[in-house]
Amino acid sequence: MKLIKNGNFVEQDFVAVGADDALPDGAVIVPLERWETERDSLVTRNTPIGVKLESGQHPERIRDDLDHLSVVALDFPIYRNGRAYSYARLLRDRYGYEGEVRAVGNVLQDQFYFMVRCGFDALEVQDKITPEVFEQSVGAFTYAYQAAADDRPTVMSLRQRLAARAGEARAAQ
Amino acid sequence: MYRYDEFDHSLVKERVEQFRGQVARRLAGDITEDEFKPIRLMNGLYLQLHAYMLRVAVPYGTLSSKQLRKLAEIARKYDRGYGHFTTRQNLQYNWPALKDVPAILDELASVEMHCIQTSGNCIRNVTSDQYAGAAKDEVEDPRIISEVIRQWSTFHPEFSFLPRKFKIAVSATEEDRAAIKVHDIGIQVVRNDKGEIGYQIYVGGGLGRTPMIGKKIGDFVPKADLLAYLEAVMRVYNMNGRRDNLYKSRIKILVHEIGAEEMQRQVEKEFAEIRKTGALNLPQDELDRIEAYFADPAFEALSDDANDLDAAIAADQGFAHWVTNNTAAHKKPGYAIVNISLKPIGGTPGDCSADQMDVVAGLAEKYSFDELRVTHEQNLTLAHVRKGNLKAVYDALKAADLATANVNLITDQIACPGLDYCNLANARSIPIAQEISNRFADMERQHDIGELKINTSGCINACGHHHVGHIGILGVDKKGVEYYQVTLGGSADENTAIGDILGPAFTEQDLPNAIEKIVKIYLDTRQDGERFIDTYRRVGIQPFKENVYEAH
Repeated sequence: MKLIKNGNFVEQDFVAVGADDALPDGAVIVPLERWETERDSLVTRNTPIGVKLESGQHPERIRDDLDHLSVVALDFPIYRNGRAYSYARLLRDRYGYEGEVRAVGNVLQDQFYFMVRCGFDALEVQDKITPEVFEQSVGAFTYAYQAAADDRPTVMSLRQRLAARAGEARAAQ
Repeated sequence: MYRYDEFDHSLVKERVEQFRGQVARRLAGDITEDEFKPIRLMNGLYLQLHAYMLRVAVPYGTLSSKQLRKLAEIARKYDRGYGHFTTRQNLQYNWPALKDVPAILDELASVEMHCIQTSGNCIRNVTSDQYAGAAKDEVEDPRIISEVIRQWSTFHPEFSFLPRKFKIAVSATEEDRAAIKVHDIGIQVVRNDKGEIGYQIYVGGGLGRTPMIGKKIGDFVPKADLLAYLEAVMRVYNMNGRRDNLYKSRIKILVHEIGAEEMQRQVEKEFAEIRKTGALNLPQDELDRIEAYFADPAFEALSDDANDLDAAIAADQGFAHWVTNNTAAHKKPGYAIVNISLKPIGGTPGDCSADQMDVVAGLAEKYSFDELRVTHEQNLTLAHVRKGNLKAVYDALKAADLATANVNLITDQIACPGLDYCNLANARSIPIAQEISNRFADMERQHDIGELKINTSGCINACGHHHVGHIGILGVDKKGVEYYQVTLGGSADENTAIGDILGPAFTEQDLPNAIEKIVKIYLDTRQDGERFIDTYRRVGIQPFKENVYEAH
């Protein structure tokens, strides 16, 4: 498993722990249930902490806790299950979360583009993924029609800019 | 019609390049067929019983003559000289070779066409009224908002991995030719009492195993807010739609399980939040830009009387039938809408040879402002033909075997590809439609029977829309033998209804006789001017149940 953050391949920085695992020192990502039951002790650890949401766990459940969380990991149980795209957009667009949103699970190369557009800034990918493959996948399209969680201008806004420029050029003549 | 600008072109070209790389990886054996599957399914490429099938998108069913000529050229060069028009207003090639697909996509891109949104669990190619821009009582051309939706839904980052495929249809007239109430979202363009244009939104309609009629959850969504509203529906569905069972994952099941009121509440809540951000507000200048592409063509000021139509009709019985059945009233005096039947007697519904495509492209160019439409009933439409040119159009169509005067009659059937092509099918559909077509070939008899729509599906996935056929036929497999279940009273128009099951299924041999009996009961029971569906609605299924199964 490789980790890509903001387009860079980096070392694993968090340890993902299960429901009953002993907590190691350092940064951890815990399942939502564990966060909900051990919240008070977890926030006193003074190490970065993340929460992992399964596909059926709506991010509304951690909305009030986001200040405490360095990472929200969203699980893709199979590539076809696209719920987490909406979860990522809610975290970014609605809850204003500025920490890391990490895609974990079945994260396939042909989906990187969509994930990045929805606000994922970290992807846990298969070992075979190289920087070239990553670049090619997220850079598949120069333009985008929709407003999403990234700061790409939409085709609509580009058209408006072109039209405005054409208008200015006409005015200048 | 809409023309691509540099942005639209760029997206399609980059998609072709991406897919070319993916096909190369597959052909080189770098990826398995399993790994290739999700990729090809995002590019309209299916694997059927005997071969790959490539589905080309025809957004809201509108084609230029140039595009249709290109489709003909591809059919000749890469396929077996024909294509198949579908109930989704698209075109399918049944025999392309995988290695040729990137080249086909290149050819399509050269005429602003592609296979995007024709497969996979994304928002599919939006469909609309084939009479758009020509219908008399239209609020506005439904293709304007269809094009807005096309762009918004193309490679949507959030909604490309939905629980299941998602179909949106738009109608802007009271008479519904786009079957909007059997779509995941149906949009009815309306005008309020202040004269403003807005949208009624139906959700959760669909056919398949569990047919449902869409529920109205939006009464008047203002024009500028349409995308915000659609995004709200999609987000509620993407987060809450079932993903545990393929057959329960369409939005209709979600709406059914939580109820239309709860669906409406959740959508309204999400809509209010999205609206606050303003990110999806539709700017008027962009609406104006798109609207300009769908402005009326240069109609001439004509009179309905000043042509030789009556004399031509009196002189030619075949032409008279064709005018009666295959043409419709146009909003401009002196013009008519021409429907081209792709249902020749004994033929395969929706099939069209490359030569026929060229003929239709030529007629569209010469007589209908260079464009044409594909209908969800698997026919073609020339939307703006001068009445004075009808005879010339008819003669040219007749010479190309395209003048069958049966639109909306009993031989104008919808049928899915069935077991002849499809690996999901339980039974054959095309031979059934052909047999019925042959039985009722007599034109005088067809005209006497009047409007009667027979739809046939080869399995419960209902691609042949059997639930909404006036007579619906569903092929089932019972211990290796094909049987056909019959439903009556379905309808896909503004009075949408799901058909009622008549009784035990028929064998292939018995089915045509059963259809004959159903028709006879209707003819014996109908009152003045009643169509089959009117009679059925008046008398119900009982007289049919009682008489169809009785022994001779």
